[in-house]
Amino acid sequence: MVAIKTLRVCIPAILLTGALSSFAALAQDTHLARNLAATCASCHGTNGQARGDMKPLAGMAAQQLMEAFAEFKRGARPATVMHQIAKGYTEEQIGLIAGYFAAQSAQH
Amino acid sequence: MDPGRRHLLRTGAALAGSVLTSGASRSSELSPGRVVVVGGGFGGATAARYLRLWGGHIHVTLVERNTGFTSCPMSNLVLGGYSRMGDITRTYDSLSALGVKLVQGEVIAIDASGRSVRLADGTALPYDRLILSPGIDFIYDLVPGLLPAMAGGQIVHAWNAGAQTLALRRQLEAMPDGGIFAITIPKAPYRCPPGPYERACLVASYFRQTKPKSKVLVLDANPEIQSKKALFERAFAQYHAGILEYWPNAELKEVEGNLARLAFEDVKGDVLNVVPPQRAGDLARKAGLVTVNQRWVGVHWLTMESTVAPGIHVLGDATFSAPQMPKSAHMANQQAKVAAAAVIQLLKGEPVNATPVVMNTCYSFITPQDAIHVASVHQYDASERTYKTVPGSGGVSAAANPMEARYAHAWAENIWADTLG
Repeated sequence: MVAIKTLRVCIPAILLTGALSSFAALAQDTHLARNLAATCASCHGTNGQARGDMKPLAGMAAQQLMEAFAEFKRGARPATVMHQIAKGYTEEQIGLIAGYFAAQSAQH
Repeated sequence: MDPGRRHLLRTGAALAGSVLTSGASRSSELSPGRVVVVGGGFGGATAARYLRLWGGHIHVTLVERNTGFTSCPMSNLVLGGYSRMGDITRTYDSLSALGVKLVQGEVIAIDASGRSVRLADGTALPYDRLILSPGIDFIYDLVPGLLPAMAGGQIVHAWNAGAQTLALRRQLEAMPDGGIFAITIPKAPYRCPPGPYERACLVASYFRQTKPKSKVLVLDANPEIQSKKALFERAFAQYHAGILEYWPNAELKEVEGNLARLAFEDVKGDVLNVVPPQRAGDLARKAGLVTVNQRWVGVHWLTMESTVAPGIHVLGDATFSAPQMPKSAHMANQQAKVAAAAVIQLLKGEPVNATPVVMNTCYSFITPQDAIHVASVHQYDASERTYKTVPGSGGVSAAANPMEARYAHAWAENIWADTLG
């Protein structure tokens, strides 16, 4: 890590960037919601823009998606596979996923 | 790239996921780096695409030896005569349009210390991080006689989709009614655990319609069906009784023409389809990345980075799978996003996702109209540094049904689009 510090001192232009990144290194990855939502994309399309018989998730209200997950989890909503998949995600993760898809523009 | 920055990247790689590199992004207009992706299957193509979608100005080069993409999932429908090659074939045009530089060629050497790959035509491609998605290659020498039979075209594996798929379809079409189609399954792990059983079912469906006196013989080296066991057992008994026969513990020992020699008997197949024993793609092996059981590539699951080669990330079927993680297209697509996200963070000197999740859904057709699934969700476990399935989650279909056949087709359309654009 000595080399890294030396580099920062030697190149003042990146000093600020370096400091911010060091701060970021202590924080969590800020892309968690995006990364979690990407696990849905294999079936529901990139960013929830689905094709064919799959349910589009882009633009869906967060509350609606969270309710759907809750119903899948307790077996209150008919499903072929989602009742099994929903049980693999925590409430916090579902909230992040729902927020991410709600922020995507709905497909036409 | 200046030497100092390269040093930083290497330092980050050496930390292998703890990711304490200081950020050295000089300016948002400049590219954070160059990534070379080798292998344009589900893993590699997805990684290339998501690097562009998520990585801003990252330079991404995808090296693939084929001109286009042919999907293994859905290829058993082609063998049964229910889909055409065109249905499972796609171009890389959308990836190009997204800014991925496509290079058709074969990587023959990796210079890990010099951070460069060399192609068969002599081209050198330098990289800051390398992503390999080399798929599987076959261990022919475990089955004497197999290599010459395959070289002569008598036997095909059709375990990479493409010319082999078409060749096997032609053999099935040419087979007279009353013939035997024998498929041999290697000991697990192999690519696509339910695939051989799906293939047997769809060939049986084809026979029932057009060659009803013919038989399907499933010769499994394993003691039992490797995926969706109860559902396939039911399919064999209910849909394919009288045509399909399943033999467990029937390991292929030797091939002579279209004669399959097992431990205690020989089976003559009019069409003999051998799914050979498998290991990580040759490229990974030549690069010294195979660390597990002399077959598979060990990876750090937070970043998909090789356990022995900093800066080289490996995806998909070539990896030594985490517990209950299948070697599937879906899983390769999921791992690719973990890798893409991690590579972007590492190039920027920012922390990688400490809590990644991957999940899998695999559909299998048991007739052209009916399908079944298996699904699982895998959360990263920091204490064991691997993915673990979530207790109570995942599972299989209650029964084969036509609705899941529709979903299987929709799954394919969506994962192809998510992988290729």
